[in-house]
Amino acid sequence: MAQIHTQVALQVMWNRLISVVEEQAQALVRTAFSTSVREAGDLSAGVYDVAGQMLAQAVTGTPGHVNAMADAVGHFIRRIGRQNIFEGDIYLTNDPWEGTGHLHDITMVTPSFHKGVLVGFFACTAHIVDIGGRGFGADGASVYEEGLYIPIMKFAERGDVDQTLVRIVRGNVREPDQLIGDMYALATCNEIGHRRLIDMMQEFNLEDLAEIAEFILDNSRRATLERIAALPRTSADGEMTVDGFSQPITLKVKLTIEADSITSDFTGSSGVDKKGINCPLVYAKAYACYALKCAIAPEIPNNAASLAPFLIEAPENTIVNALHPAPVALRHIVGHFVPDVVYNALDKIIPALVPAEGAGCLCNFQLSLRPRTDQQAPQGTVRSEVLAFNSGGSGARPEHDGLNATAFPSGVMTMPIEATEHAGPIIIWRKELRPDSGGEGKQRGGLGQYMEVGSVKGHEFDFQAMFDRVNHPARGRQGGGNGAPTTIVRDDGEAMRGKGKQFVPHGRKVILAFPGGAGYGDVKARNESRVKRDLAHGYISADMAKSTYGLSDKAIAEVAAAVQKGEAE
Amino acid sequence: MANSSVRMGVDIGGTFTDVVLEIDGKQTSTKVLTTYAAPENAIIDGIAQVCAKAGIQPGEVGQIIHGTTLATNALIERRGAKTALITTKGFRDVIEMRTESRFEQYDLNLNLPEPLLPRYRRYTVEERIDARGNVLITLDREEVEAVADQLAEAGYVSVAVGLIHSYANDSHEKMVREVLQQKLPNAMISISSEVSPQMREYERFNTVVANAYIKPLMKSYLGRLEGRLRDEGITCNIFLMHSGGGIISIESAAEFPVRLVESGPAGGAVFAAHIAARYNLDKVLSFDMGGTTAKICLIKNQTPKTSRVFEVARTYRFKKGSGMPISIPVIDMVEIGAGGGSLAHVDSLRQIRVGPESAGSEPGPACYGRGGENPAVTDADLILGRLDPDNFAGGTMQLSTDNSSRALEIGLGEILDMDAQTAAFGLAEVVDENMANAARVHAVENGEDLSEYTMIAFGGAAPLHAGRLCEKLGVDRLLVPPGAGVGSAIGFLRAPFSFEANRSVYMKLSDFNPAKITSLLKDLQSESTGFVRNCDAKAEILCDFKVYMRYTGQGWEIPITLSQVQALNPDADTFLRLFEEDYTKLFGRPVAGMDVEITVWAVNATTPPIPVKAIIQEAGEAGLAEIESTRQLFDPALGEETSAHVVLRENMQSGSSVSGPAVITEDETTIVIPSSRRAICQTDGCIDIFAGN
Repeated sequence: MAQIHTQVALQVMWNRLISVVEEQAQALVRTAFSTSVREAGDLSAGVYDVAGQMLAQAVTGTPGHVNAMADAVGHFIRRIGRQNIFEGDIYLTNDPWEGTGHLHDITMVTPSFHKGVLVGFFACTAHIVDIGGRGFGADGASVYEEGLYIPIMKFAERGDVDQTLVRIVRGNVREPDQLIGDMYALATCNEIGHRRLIDMMQEFNLEDLAEIAEFILDNSRRATLERIAALPRTSADGEMTVDGFSQPITLKVKLTIEADSITSDFTGSSGVDKKGINCPLVYAKAYACYALKCAIAPEIPNNAASLAPFLIEAPENTIVNALHPAPVALRHIVGHFVPDVVYNALDKIIPALVPAEGAGCLCNFQLSLRPRTDQQAPQGTVRSEVLAFNSGGSGARPEHDGLNATAFPSGVMTMPIEATEHAGPIIIWRKELRPDSGGEGKQRGGLGQYMEVGSVKGHEFDFQAMFDRVNHPARGRQGGGNGAPTTIVRDDGEAMRGKGKQFVPHGRKVILAFPGGAGYGDVKARNESRVKRDLAHGYISADMAKSTYGLSDKAIAEVAAAVQKGEAE
Repeated sequence: MANSSVRMGVDIGGTFTDVVLEIDGKQTSTKVLTTYAAPENAIIDGIAQVCAKAGIQPGEVGQIIHGTTLATNALIERRGAKTALITTKGFRDVIEMRTESRFEQYDLNLNLPEPLLPRYRRYTVEERIDARGNVLITLDREEVEAVADQLAEAGYVSVAVGLIHSYANDSHEKMVREVLQQKLPNAMISISSEVSPQMREYERFNTVVANAYIKPLMKSYLGRLEGRLRDEGITCNIFLMHSGGGIISIESAAEFPVRLVESGPAGGAVFAAHIAARYNLDKVLSFDMGGTTAKICLIKNQTPKTSRVFEVARTYRFKKGSGMPISIPVIDMVEIGAGGGSLAHVDSLRQIRVGPESAGSEPGPACYGRGGENPAVTDADLILGRLDPDNFAGGTMQLSTDNSSRALEIGLGEILDMDAQTAAFGLAEVVDENMANAARVHAVENGEDLSEYTMIAFGGAAPLHAGRLCEKLGVDRLLVPPGAGVGSAIGFLRAPFSFEANRSVYMKLSDFNPAKITSLLKDLQSESTGFVRNCDAKAEILCDFKVYMRYTGQGWEIPITLSQVQALNPDADTFLRLFEEDYTKLFGRPVAGMDVEITVWAVNATTPPIPVKAIIQEAGEAGLAEIESTRQLFDPALGEETSAHVVLRENMQSGSSVSGPAVITEDETTIVIPSSRRAICQTDGCIDIFAGN
């Protein structure tokens, strides 16, 4: 009986740890200044044992941080040194290679002491507003241009914050109050986790986390390995080409399933780009692992053991394993495409499991607004930076259409346009679904979206574009059609590029169409009632219904008549 | 003759309609099955029952206060009217695009909930207002007329109007309404600047659409109900409980039916707040556990915590983000899928998982013997000795211990190598831990430490689990009031007339404009007061002032309460001081050097709280309660079976006490006293359970 009771107690403790890290994450969402954290959930929080093995991670957060932060604590233990870890310490870094992939993420680690003995660590990561340098964008030619670099070091020792570090940080960034505010928010978030952990240890009379760690890791390892063991032991290749910055990027992967591991080998992928869209291996690994976990073991919580069987290899100085000092600010662009290329391979091993390609990377842009310079600017005009997150369509699934204007693989949310328009002198004239953009198929790809962006009268702006899939739309799977590509143009017809900073004069707007997801399966197999439904909802035009889906003129007229009455299916 | 001291609370729930009659403080109650097709039938039936029990004529009822889950159900089941939305050109898909994110990140086959209105019922007009309320594109009346003609031809019975930034300037929405009133004289019209004048288009549009969608249904229901009551000779006023914890007139309810969503649970929170006032408790955690869900609410200073937005109709394991946001003043509660009927299984990690799937009332838990095969929380409660198989629901229903054992063994025990009792222990611990975690996260989000709190438990399943929950949360005191089974309906009788009006207007403290604030708050005050005045022509009306503030650049506002003086003679220093105090309490330290902004302003008008008869002197121990029998009760904190006293609640007099392990039984529920606690019956019949034995 005793041993079984322990099992019930251990399960309760596991649940508790997951709740503890969720509390930790929620505290961060409420206090962070960074838009991407508070509105978009671009953060991560977790608890670790003394060896730096992750035991639990908050559900709130985005996949890119998952594996990256899982590995980070080991680097902290090594760099700080066991003998220098004291109660009341707080450590930090924004090292892209030992943290989460670019200088704009700050990772903070706090050792947790119970009765004077080190029992574990709390870590959290958040995307911050600004880290100096050229600002957030792909324009840096090396990481030195992308902002202030903070090696793994102590933010506080035995409770005393390093004021020298704070002054250096303040002197190097554009929004010092916000950044320092965010650093304290991260520290607070770890502190909340620590207090809850100690409560739990007292309640269950624990001296250390060894027993609960073993329970969590053993169960997770066993469950994950069971899933992997059930897969065919084979390998397959995947490949995908996307726009890149200065030239197209090809991602290649060889997926090998063994009895107890799955390896994603990116040998053959493009080399590093001159501009900041390169990806450190840790971030590519995060998304490769995410893609595989979604497909194979979705409900197993993230921890050291459930992530361990997913291995990644990539030659140095490929775009998925960019080394210092390559520029990496927009590493998310390549990272967000990793799942599509992994699925390209996995589909050859396990059919009817993974989706077709989707929009992939988020359709983000940043406006640097200022009073017009071509003539006297009116009173009340201001300078402002406004960042917006948006999504194209996701790829069709074997049994379901793709999701319209919904992020995949990223976990972030968009901001309400009314909130964005309060953040700076920007006007968003249009933000709605883009009909006909989902690739055709038995299952249709998710729709992309239209946006039109300008400024409040009296302002001009630089438009920092971070789009892909202009020349390389999402490709259909199993006979499905491609999604529509990204388009970008000024309202006076002036061409614009998918990436980089571009000037937009006073009175002009940027007209954007974000990409659709690709279709899955043969379009001829699509049920006619669903074609009619798509037509009634305006997801496809009458032209497309007829030419691509083969709907008869009569059926089209019937749908139009029903819509007129507001009574379609 | 209607008698003002005869009042009635009526709560339509998912399974039961509860009716409570109160005459000079004395209550008579009944539960009848909800009659979905015509909910008023159950009410009439219930009223007849309680009037007969109390020996009065229905015509003597002086006031009826009604709360209902019908509005919520209409949204969940998509049973609303044929409704159109008119919105700004370029923003047709706001209610469909949601937040552009997936609420469950690891499910490749995830589907998002359908919007309330399909795309072809969403119409656009060319117009645009900016964030400050300036008109960028003027709305053309002829274009609106053309759209209205289309709507008339299609035969819409309800229309929602939601235009961008209309909370800052409602002139275009009002013009659309004017045209619609001419062109569609029979259609009901809801405009977002009236239903929910708050910034954030997805929430505002969804709220106005929800209001329009359920308006014809609710208006018709309320009309029928009024007619039926008149037929029964009941001529008194009828009022409706709203989600913010107050009551409004039947006319206001018919105009803004979206405010009725979650009115039942709101009544429960008001009920708990009333008990808190009776005991002069400033920090209370209310815990309401029924058949499918558990609801937890923080009640500070005898007032339930409120919020501006909440989510209804969650479609995916009660997961945050899987429902639809409604931005109206609402009592802030966490609701999780944990109730007596919640089902357990073993997942791939060999862990027991409980809920949110529920056995419901058909087939019900395995012990009901109606074909349920999977183990439910009630099965575990039975095996652990918390329930008596021979005395369930006052002995009206025999429970089968064998069925429960079998379900637990097959569903959990065989996989985990546990006997039925250990499986029941595991199941109960998991569901209790889930609820405890929900309470902990809610407390952290509000900067509260639960160890300073008292729990008040009600709802059929709560008293079985509340003791263990208190142990887990470090809560020392637990009160189980009498009438816990019909707590929401009693809560209706304790609610004041109230209405909260709010509006988004951005203002930085560095750009503080006292004249503008005074005028805005006066507008909100007169709007909210008007609704209350409709209910009572003479009563005193009090106003609470609240502003939502944050550091510029943050996305999360915290509510700051202002006194009347602070609100009507505003100054920036006071606002800043109040904000920094609350911010520090929540997050540890203020942020130096940042500007602070106000985003939402709210005024809640309310009649004074109904006087509470405080417990002047709490009962001292006056002897041990009469022990009926003993039975085996599993104590999860000890991890073993104990021999527990069984006491009938009717035998608990003021001052009677009993030590844990014990169970106090009554018809509707059983109160479990763990070994670590002791219980005493208070002067008002509350069972007061405290730590230390």
